[in-house]
Amino acid sequence: MPDTTNTFDASHTGRLDDEYDDAAGYYVDGDPIADTKAPGGPLEERWDTRQFEARIANPANRRRLSVIVVGTGLAGASAAATLGEAGYVVKSFCYQDSPRRAHSIAAQGGINAAKNYKGDGDSVFRLFYDTIKGGDYRARESNVYRLAQVSRNIIDQCVAQGVPFAREYGGLLDNRSFGGVQVSRTFYARGQTGQQLLIGAYQALERQVAAGTVKCYTRHEMVELIVVDGRARGIIVRDLVTGEIETYFADVVVLANGGYGNVFFLSTNAMGSNVTASWRAHRKGAYMANPCYTQIHPTCIPVSGAHQSKLTLMSESLRNDGRIWVPKNKADCDKDPRDIPEEDRDYYLERIYPAFGNLVPRDIASRQAKNMCDEGRGVGPEVEGVRRGVYLDFEEAIGRLGRDAIENKYGNLFDMYARITGEDPYSVPMRIYPAVHYVMGGLWVDYDLQSTIPGLFVTGEANFSDHGANRLGASALMQGLADGYFVLPNTIRDYLAEGPFEKVAEDDPAVVEAQESVRSRIHQLMNTNGTRSVDSYHRELGNIMWEYCGMERSADGLKKAIDLIRTLKQDFWRNVKVLGAAETMNQSLERAGRVADFFELGELMCLDALNRRESCGGHFRAESQTEDGEALRHDDTYAYVAAWEWAGADEKPVLHKENLTYEFVEMKQRSYK
Amino acid sequence: MKFTLNIWRQPDAVTAGKIHTYELDEVSEDMSFLEMLDVLNEDLNAKGEEPVAFDSDCREGICGSCGLMINGEAHGPEVTTTCQLHMRSFKDGDSITIEPWRADAFPVVKDLVVDRGAFDRIIQQGGYISVNTGAAPDAHATPVPKDKADRAFDVATCISCGACVAACPNGSASLFVGAKITHLGELPQGQAERDTRVVNMVAQHDHEGFGGCTNIGECTAACPKEIPLDVISRLNWDLHAALRHGK
Amino acid sequence: MAVSGLIFIGFVLTHMYGNLKAFGGHDSFNEYAHHLREFGEPILPHEGALWIIRLALIVSLVVHVACAVALWRRAAKARSVKYVVKKSKASSLSSRTMRWGGVTLLVFIVWHLLNFSIGKINVQGGATDDPYNLMVDSFDVWWLTAIYLVAMVALGMHLHHGTFSAAQTLGLTNNDKARRNAKAAGALLAVVIAGGFSLVPIFVLAGVITK
Ligand SMILES: Cc1cc2nc3c(=O)[nH]c(=O)nc-3n(C[C@H](O)[C@H](O)[C@H](O)COP(=O)(O)OP(=O)(O)OC[C@H]3O[C@@H](n4cnc5c(N)ncnc54)[C@H](O)[C@@H]3O)c2cc1C
Ligand code: HEM
Ligand code: SF4
Ligand code: FES
Repeated sequence: MPDTTNTFDASHTGRLDDEYDDAAGYYVDGDPIADTKAPGGPLEERWDTRQFEARIANPANRRRLSVIVVGTGLAGASAAATLGEAGYVVKSFCYQDSPRRAHSIAAQGGINAAKNYKGDGDSVFRLFYDTIKGGDYRARESNVYRLAQVSRNIIDQCVAQGVPFAREYGGLLDNRSFGGVQVSRTFYARGQTGQQLLIGAYQALERQVAAGTVKCYTRHEMVELIVVDGRARGIIVRDLVTGEIETYFADVVVLANGGYGNVFFLSTNAMGSNVTASWRAHRKGAYMANPCYTQIHPTCIPVSGAHQSKLTLMSESLRNDGRIWVPKNKADCDKDPRDIPEEDRDYYLERIYPAFGNLVPRDIASRQAKNMCDEGRGVGPEVEGVRRGVYLDFEEAIGRLGRDAIENKYGNLFDMYARITGEDPYSVPMRIYPAVHYVMGGLWVDYDLQSTIPGLFVTGEANFSDHGANRLGASALMQGLADGYFVLPNTIRDYLAEGPFEKVAEDDPAVVEAQESVRSRIHQLMNTNGTRSVDSYHRELGNIMWEYCGMERSADGLKKAIDLIRTLKQDFWRNVKVLGAAETMNQSLERAGRVADFFELGELMCLDALNRRESCGGHFRAESQTEDGEALRHDDTYAYVAAWEWAGADEKPVLHKENLTYEFVEMKQRSYK
Repeated sequence: MKFTLNIWRQPDAVTAGKIHTYELDEVSEDMSFLEMLDVLNEDLNAKGEEPVAFDSDCREGICGSCGLMINGEAHGPEVTTTCQLHMRSFKDGDSITIEPWRADAFPVVKDLVVDRGAFDRIIQQGGYISVNTGAAPDAHATPVPKDKADRAFDVATCISCGACVAACPNGSASLFVGAKITHLGELPQGQAERDTRVVNMVAQHDHEGFGGCTNIGECTAACPKEIPLDVISRLNWDLHAALRHGK
Repeated sequence: MAVSGLIFIGFVLTHMYGNLKAFGGHDSFNEYAHHLREFGEPILPHEGALWIIRLALIVSLVVHVACAVALWRRAAKARSVKYVVKKSKASSLSSRTMRWGGVTLLVFIVWHLLNFSIGKINVQGGATDDPYNLMVDSFDVWWLTAIYLVAMVALGMHLHHGTFSAAQTLGLTNNDKARRNAKAAGALLAVVIAGGFSLVPIFVLAGVITK
């Protein structure tokens, strides 16, 4: 995608009146927060300063310091392996049957790093700048700069581990340009970069298992956090094979449990991706930051029917050659596209954005596709009365470049499309539709990646830290590995230097209470004996979220969504049907627990979106657009991180604001016309 | 479409299981095989019968969670994973027998779910390059010839699904082990531990109770990532070399 | 196992070459049989070389069979619960019948030795001290030829997969091309050896080769 950020008339970024407190009545104002751990001083020295200032746990002591790591994706596996190497006693948890199956495995495109191997003018500062800008000025400068700095070490580490990145004939690493930046800084392993990086981290992890420093608990789902005397001291997990409820203690807990895009039911996330670990921590005092920031990817394979269980992403490189269109007339929507003459086709992106055409950024391409379908001009099968799909047509490209050239470039994507849809994209235009792909929001963390609960650290997609309101392509993998290999191990030691902490008693009231609440929740789910399946609730929640908290959000819609979610949640607890027993493997029960947390998260996402009456990055508020319908940010009012505190089941959440200040880059409004 | 499904049901690891037969109607040919099972499960749930347990996560053919024996073929009739198999590969009215992977090293956990922990334990015995975080030289310090890098990548695409074991008449995991040996053995970074890696991984493979390889080739035909049989040759070569070196 | 298998291959090739001497007539064949016993003299005693070969073959057979039994048992233990439905997708029939094919060969070898070597049984009741005549007498009997031909089918199949398998086991097939070559070699050896062995009995039965 081209770089699209131009300077924009600053008068649009004016202050909003207080009358626009859309979320008034839904929340309570809290104290502002500051990220106190980031050192001041020159940007490029901050990370060194922090590493130096962070205390080092005595090597002899480390065998007595224990760490729990929840999650074995890039962020979790890399952290667990590195902490194991450092000599701590590590327990690693995942819900899959092997650590290597975490959803990081599915990432396709690549991983960014400011290596400047192409000599095309890349630098740490440029990667930092692009990330801040890409995040629409809603991320922290210190964090992002550090991310760009350590990006270089990641590549070194991965290559040494044997990650088979693509290479040139000279034997050196190849790079490509990705996600609309002007430099080629993306390292890749064909279309399976996430897989190869994760296998590298997984192998490092298994090496530590063999060395005895890490113990892996697979098919173990964290269902509660244990907080004793204000510190995170352990977790409660359900053994997914035996159904047993087990308690594990440690000096520190790290959450690396990934993203929560599955709150939308349909997303490109794995079936099991969930928010439970984060949400349980949130309920115990960890703030949730910017939960409404969601990235929606424009080129996914559309829903084919009510049975759809997940959506599949196709690389957005397809937009380089494909032309996107819908029929001009609704009457043509069920026709064979090949029979619709040129003059009856609406190449709407080329029409609305003549300068960028089909290469407009992800959020714009996504939103316009939705608009076309809402107008009734979508194509493909009707699902619940609406056709949700637009054509991505390669006829012109095949005519211009030849079929072979297209096959060379996109062969594997075309094959995947054909396998899933049963249609041949060489002769019939592809159908695409946007899908939820990534969440920028997550648990609030400081510069040390520590949450608001002392001793609870959060890494990877599960935290909110580095991408602001929108993430650049190929930067999530970078962040996950930066957090796990290089940042967390260096910040957590400062906390661990105070340990080992006093042993937690099995019968500590906090522990007993946590165990009781887990048991009673499971008991309730198993004994509601209602009539509706878990999936049917999840689907309905997903529909609400997609409709009102998806690509375009409005105050009325969000309020309506909050009501709908509340009602649905009540109904769930009265009428859900979970068969089988809790004392064995029970996949319905697993899902029920996750969906129960998704209800609460969904509500908070809507509230966060309601509060943020501006359009920024992946968040588009109908009330905040230019005359041409483009996103409009309000920097004076909303240049802050919204960190939400749980106040209780029937209490209003408390909003804490962390102000964002920009010392090194200037805030600019973007424009694509 | 309409199907008769013969599905292995087994309440847990210790209780004996057996095939149950279900009729399923109104299946669309656009459904993936697992979505078809989702529909069956919704049906069962409505009828008050416990849904069928099966593994899946990414449903994109990359995590390796899914894997069913479908009419006697691992991952079914196409060269792909179970989650990427679609119902249009079957005929209306077909009868489909669905079983878990069968190998004593992969004990059944419940219904169609098996425990593939043996694969992790094999990797623990050397399926890695020993380099602590932070100890790496610059990524460009060691160029890797493109053909070697490409071959390493091709075999590193193994998703650890276990179809090779499931399909192998000997219940051998040689394709899986060979893929890792070849991946790391092709790269300059993997040379230092090449001998010990193969000896220890093969020892663990045998210890887990996988069968011996007789080069039949069912594994590679079932492999959704088309890992070629020559990784087993490579495994043997490295093993002989290691034994010659006295490892 | 691969090494013992290759020793067998070497042996059967030579053995076949010897058998084909039958086309040269009575004297040519017997001279060959006789020569086998004198080979290596005077460095080795009479029948010395033959015994070395026999010893190597016996050791190979023991090793080969022991490995086969071990593999068989491991496979049985690796999958104690069988599939209700199991299809073969890509494997050759010969690869899947190595074990029963091997057993067939073993039984045949025993019979074969009784027939021509240790036992020297002439089912027609004729002389047993003339190798050529013993052979012709034997293959004149249709069912003896039939047994022999069945064994040759088994041998051909065993070699068809065995040759390729041995190459794999020795680590010689590290790419597509080597793999294809090894498979082709297996097919070739199977046809040449099984075919070569079959010619003599067929021609005897057909009355082309006579006493
Ligand atoms: C289809 C797709 C393509 C992508 N492509 C790219 C790309 O090209 N480049 C890029 O940079 N990014 C990409 N991304 C984004 C990126 O892959 C993810 O953001 C990143 O991998 C997340 O890593 P993670 O370690 O934080 O979490 P994950 O990899 O999701 O791991 C989560 C872990 O937590 C565990 N877990 C979760 N909940 C619990 C619980 N309650 N108890 C115990 N364990 C739990 C899971 O078992 C798992 O091990 C893509 C994402 C998708 C979905
Ligand atoms: C003239 C006789 C024989 C020849 C030429 C021969 C040749 C071979 C060869 C080359 C192999 C492949 C070795 C490897 O993969 O390492 C093999 C394998 C095998 N042989 Fe034989 N063999 C003979 C007799 C026998 C006998 C008598 C048995 C009896 C039990 C037998 C049983 C097997 C078995 C079970 C294998 C299994 C390995 C596989 O399936 O690849 N063979 N043989
Ligand atoms: S080698 Fe192929 S079949 Fe075997 S585990 Fe790997 S991907 Fe699956
Ligand atoms: S579910 Fe991940 S490979 Fe099938």
